[in-house]
Amino acid sequence: MTDTLSTTRQASIERTQRIRAGLRRRHMGETIFRGLGLAAIVLALGFVALLFVDVVRKGIPAFTQSNLHLAVNFDPELLQVDPAPTRTAFASQAEYNAASLKWQRDVAMLNWNKVVEASLRTAAPADIEIDSRQILSIAETDARHDIREMFVADPSLLGRTVEVEVLASANAANWIKGNINRSLGDAQQQLSAPARALIDTFVEDGTISNGFAWSIFTNVDSRAAPASAGLLGAFVGTLWMMLIVIILAVPIGVAAAVYLEEFAPRSRLTDLIEVNINNLAAVPSIVFGLLGAAVFINYMHLPISAPLVGGLVLTLMTLPTIIIATRGALQGVSPALRQAALGMGASRTQMVFHHVLPVTFPSILTATIIGVAQALGETAPLLLIGMKAFVASVPLTPLDQATALPVQIYLWQGNENRNFFEPRTAAAIMVLLAVMILLNGVAIYLRSRLEKRA
Amino acid sequence: MNALIVAGLLLVLLGVAYQSGWSRSRGLVTADGVKIHSRPQYHGSFVAIWAMVPTLVILGLWAWFGGGITRDYTVSLIPTDIMMSLDQVGLNAAIARIGALASGYGVTGESPAWEQAAGDALRSFQMLTFVGVLVLALVAGGAALVYARSRINARLRARNAVERVVNLALLACSAVAILTTVGIVASLVSEAFRFFTFIHPFDFFFGTVWNPNNAGSAGNWGSYGLLPLLSGTLMITAIAMLVAVPVGLMAAIYLSQYAPAQLRAVAKPMIEILAGIPTIVFGFFALVTVGPFLRDLGNLVGLSINATSALTAGIVMGIMIIPFVSSLSDDILNQVPRTLRDGAYGLGATQSETIRNVLLPAALPGIVGAFLLAVSRAIGETMIVVLAAGNAPVLRGNPFEPVATITVSIVNQLTGDTDFTGPQSLVGFALGLTLFVITLGLNIVALYIVRRFREQYE
Repeated sequence: MTDTLSTTRQASIERTQRIRAGLRRRHMGETIFRGLGLAAIVLALGFVALLFVDVVRKGIPAFTQSNLHLAVNFDPELLQVDPAPTRTAFASQAEYNAASLKWQRDVAMLNWNKVVEASLRTAAPADIEIDSRQILSIAETDARHDIREMFVADPSLLGRTVEVEVLASANAANWIKGNINRSLGDAQQQLSAPARALIDTFVEDGTISNGFAWSIFTNVDSRAAPASAGLLGAFVGTLWMMLIVIILAVPIGVAAAVYLEEFAPRSRLTDLIEVNINNLAAVPSIVFGLLGAAVFINYMHLPISAPLVGGLVLTLMTLPTIIIATRGALQGVSPALRQAALGMGASRTQMVFHHVLPVTFPSILTATIIGVAQALGETAPLLLIGMKAFVASVPLTPLDQATALPVQIYLWQGNENRNFFEPRTAAAIMVLLAVMILLNGVAIYLRSRLEKRA
Repeated sequence: MNALIVAGLLLVLLGVAYQSGWSRSRGLVTADGVKIHSRPQYHGSFVAIWAMVPTLVILGLWAWFGGGITRDYTVSLIPTDIMMSLDQVGLNAAIARIGALASGYGVTGESPAWEQAAGDALRSFQMLTFVGVLVLALVAGGAALVYARSRINARLRARNAVERVVNLALLACSAVAILTTVGIVASLVSEAFRFFTFIHPFDFFFGTVWNPNNAGSAGNWGSYGLLPLLSGTLMITAIAMLVAVPVGLMAAIYLSQYAPAQLRAVAKPMIEILAGIPTIVFGFFALVTVGPFLRDLGNLVGLSINATSALTAGIVMGIMIIPFVSSLSDDILNQVPRTLRDGAYGLGATQSETIRNVLLPAALPGIVGAFLLAVSRAIGETMIVVLAAGNAPVLRGNPFEPVATITVSIVNQLTGDTDFTGPQSLVGFALGLTLFVITLGLNIVALYIVRRFREQYE
């Protein structure tokens, strides 16, 4: 009797131990699983942080530019040109215009590089030995255009000396910022040894100073003068496309959603439309680019590289997003509102347009902004409709050649002057992300404000 | 300029029509206190719609056929003796020159007398047709306006008529989705068929060499084998899934099951930020940061890893897809009924045991659907691969080497010039069609699975 009792107790103790051991194992498993989950979150957030830190760290230096302060002497020796024509000397406006144009052509034919070189030599120490190609490599190639334009605007400068600020060349900027390894041998440097020494002297005596790079925002893209390459053209191109997307995608998208959600009878046609929209939302963006190339450009002969075509392609891409989001918003409207409106004798259309849509306005607005922000960052379809062409002007109409911010990023990252354009690409990315964050911020702000009021 | 004039006149017509319908309707009300069927706004809209339809139809017809008529007229202006000497290219050039002379812009060099005369004639013709068509459209609109206005009376069911038009307009807007799909399928299929007249479909779908001869002519177009691109695409997709699925799924599990509310409120939008970042940014990140890092890491452990490789592109693409996987999984995990979980807890299971043995198996179909959607997204992704995969269309299995994908080759072959005459550019459409069919198939299967899963628990 006692025997069996002790074996039972024994067994019970063993079982307890087994359970305890098992529990410890299971709790260990629990902790590990939980840790894995946390690790996944940390990893995902780490990637966000890493990406932002990396882009910002690379991009910040590009927001400073090296400016050359030169005392430019408009030396009559170098600038042998007739005095600018004056209006009073001519009988008619047309004759004056013709003479003025001829004079401007003459001015353009002068060797302005000599003027730039002379002012660089004035700034340099007197005993320096450096040939003209080397010394000119310090200033950006468009310095001569800037100085020429000053002269055209004010011909009385001839013979005078003026303080002028021009950009240092991209290679000089690389050297100053340390974007290029300073200990590399002459063969691997883009600038000759005397030019590098002179740059250092200039930095010391203040001839070269660093300032905020307004050129990124105020200039268009440039190949000949990389240091002055800016985002203005791409930015305006993007604005045109966003305008087209907003004008087309928002009304059509909201109308389609309203129809499908409020009016559509359950029929094969509406089923087909619904399946279509769901599938279109998942079609790769590059396929929309193919559609644009084949239909808009090859078939309808719309101009290549134009924001109009880009905007149309992005509209088709954004439509499903807006439709799906708007339908979600419409589904969220309480049935009480609809029944109340119908009960008061409103027609279906009146119920939708006078009561349901105003209530969903904040959600539709948010969805629209988020959809537009998505379209803003799209690159691949634009490449296929020719928007990766080099465009050095601001598109004044949606039919002009243009590029877009993300495409400009793509173009800059492929530039051969890696040392200079890698920071500049990162800076362009910062601008793009800033615009997107701004848009999303506006969306969140508007939603919270409008919802509070409603 | 002309477009602005037309738009302005249309707006004026619209305003006048609305106003006249509205005021007539008000007149009815004040007349003898009769009850009118529709409110004045509907009468206004009724007249406005009547006035706009014929105007827009006429302008639309002219926009469609006007170009051809103008061209025919221009051709008729060219003297017959000169006409004989022109071939097709010369004819087009002559038409363009006459058009330039007529508009006064873009005229270069001297032009012979007949061109000047033709230019002047064309200018007056253009002026005449523009004004003529506009007047015709406005007169038609005005006539319709007067007719519609005369129909207004207290019993006119203007609201119903207007609502029918609104309904039709809404239907037309939702049909844009169908038109887009039709446009995609039609353009892809027709151009792909033109490609297959150059290259046999068998050589395309089963060819193992991708080497288009971009300067080639008939006889040596080069080889257009799909398999190297497909293998590159699949390799990168597989790597991306290896990154995205574990991280995304675990993140979703942690956020929906474990995380305290504050962490969830912060982490969820943070992860969604990843989804909003443009892919070109990920591409840049892969190219300048991840690629060199992997190469150095490889050197450290004695592996030769290329900076631009399937691995680089795959990892970064995986990072890009994490939020996609995690938000889809989150939705799906939340749809598993609470009773299942409570049952498991009641039996003494720990939280992780519940998740692993109850929640995940129950949610498996949905998660498979999410996985397929993520795969389809990875296959269609372009910019990361263009920048970071190295563009080496060679059939090989080493993820440390550069590869090329379907999307990269589309971008390379369609560089923006669009004379789709040779297989070099047409192949882009054959590749696009392949891509479209693959992603469409994946989506249909995935959406079907997800819907079945939802129905199961509803």
